Amino acid sequence: MTAAGGYDVEKVREDFPILGRTMAGGRPLVYLDSANTSQKPTAVVDAMAEHYLRHNANVARAMHQLGAEATMAFEGARDTIAAFVNAPSRDEIVFTKNASEALNLVANTFRNAEGDLAIRPGDEIVTTELEHHSNIVPWQLLAQRTGATLRWFGLTDEGRLDLSTIDELINERTRIVTVAWVSNMLGTVNPLDVIIARAHAVGAIVVVDASQAVPQMPVDLTALGADVVVFTGHKMVGPTGIGVLWGRRSLLEELPPFLGGGEMIETVTMERSTYAPPPAKFEAGTPPIVQAIGLGAAADYLTGLGMDAVAAHEREITAYALKRMGEIDGLTVVGPAEAIERGGAVSFTLDGVHPHDISQLLDSYGIAVRAGHHCARPAHQRFGVQATTRASFYLYTTHAEIDALVEGIVNTQKYFKVV
Amino acid sequence: MNVDALYQEIILDHYKNPHGSGLRDPFEAEVHHVNPTCGDEITLRVHVDGETVADVSYDAEGCSISQAAASVLNDLVVGKTVTEGFALLDEFQSLMQGRGQVEPDEDVLEDAIAFAGVAQFPARVKCALLPWMAWKDATAQAVAQETEEKA
Repeated sequence: MTAAGGYDVEKVREDFPILGRTMAGGRPLVYLDSANTSQKPTAVVDAMAEHYLRHNANVARAMHQLGAEATMAFEGARDTIAAFVNAPSRDEIVFTKNASEALNLVANTFRNAEGDLAIRPGDEIVTTELEHHSNIVPWQLLAQRTGATLRWFGLTDEGRLDLSTIDELINERTRIVTVAWVSNMLGTVNPLDVIIARAHAVGAIVVVDASQAVPQMPVDLTALGADVVVFTGHKMVGPTGIGVLWGRRSLLEELPPFLGGGEMIETVTMERSTYAPPPAKFEAGTPPIVQAIGLGAAADYLTGLGMDAVAAHEREITAYALKRMGEIDGLTVVGPAEAIERGGAVSFTLDGVHPHDISQLLDSYGIAVRAGHHCARPAHQRFGVQATTRASFYLYTTHAEIDALVEGIVNTQKYFKVV
Repeated sequence: MNVDALYQEIILDHYKNPHGSGLRDPFEAEVHHVNPTCGDEITLRVHVDGETVADVSYDAEGCSISQAAASVLNDLVVGKTVTEGFALLDEFQSLMQGRGQVEPDEDVLEDAIAFAGVAQFPARVKCALLPWMAWKDATAQAVAQETEEKA
């Protein structure tokens, strides 16, 4: 089907061989778990295979020709990623293992920071109730280790941040404000402009977890104005094992190193060392070379589709899913019910059937969804549910797949005799 | 993998009408166990009277498999001796970890034989074992406490 604007989802699907698979019982795969991890197009897999088969060498230290090719490909990926999110400088792009490691890197370097950046008793760190555990736990650890206080934005019944207390919550004691751009569970797109403006007015650093945003929407880090933004490769059609930390250069320069080792140094003596400038300062050891190259290929693939078109498809398919799922008696969407300021993850409960049982039944129809707390237990507690089922959509999701999901849910209700 | 092998009628019956649910007094030990990967939770109390498991009461939230397992556990171990209870736990555990290759003994496991199908779904084995592991923990605590009081 060709959507307005020429986005041809069937043609896009041809780039993802896995989507043509059949599952047990001859059922065609309906993959609705892209917020968990996205599928990978041939272009990404080929780029990685090509590197391993033709150009493999360690980077930045091998003097031979292969070393030069590998270094060029790896650093080229950094350029591609910097351009993809319009970072002010390519030297502000640090490769990590994933978004969790990037967040832990930031929290740990603040733990060890001295002078103006040091976190002290009485300081406050602000997060939100809708975060993934990876944007809660590192800050709990930082607070415990420094004597700072962790505070958080609550949520409205619709699943949006309750901004009514923002001026009290973010105050002159606030040192760090950390927030997801798009919730992995509720789908909510948070109003970063309001939060960044308030945080900067009191001199706080703003950290943004963009793991669910960068895959789905055009991102312009220069325009955003945050201080740190992290995201992961595997949710944006890239490989696992690669994440990105973007940090404002002055902040990256001022923060102490994270892991020590090769590549992050300038000079080492037995007594002390001096450190390389960012990004190398935060990239100790042999980096995930081929994963970075795969991520670069993923960014190129997304650029080829056009992130505006990807975002438009996501909005349209999410609106269709919300409408169709809203027709099912006993189904409750946890999170914004309208496709406004909303990403393509829809979590729901079904009267009388537990999420694990829903996902098991859907799996038997070939439909892959996620069930559980989606690493966002506080957000589940806020809505009085222990677990939800989450269907999440991406650039290859079709209307027919949403129809299959709806039919699968209705059949699940019949199976468990709740209708 | 046939989903009907997982969702046996007996399991769905126990899920809809769990036996012995709710928290009761008296009890010597209470534990709270969770499945961190999926979020299933159970609070479970054990009342041991002499050698006998006099009561197992629980408040559980989770999927049909974990809920039914708690109900079947209550059926099986209440009224048995602690030693018999632990023998049942071993039997149930080896069934669950048998990858569908273990033939369950109905005379011993009664309704719990319906869980044979769960063993074919590795992701769900932990659901079935959650209440049993909670029972093991609570009973060990209750017995240890009793031994201490006697000493």
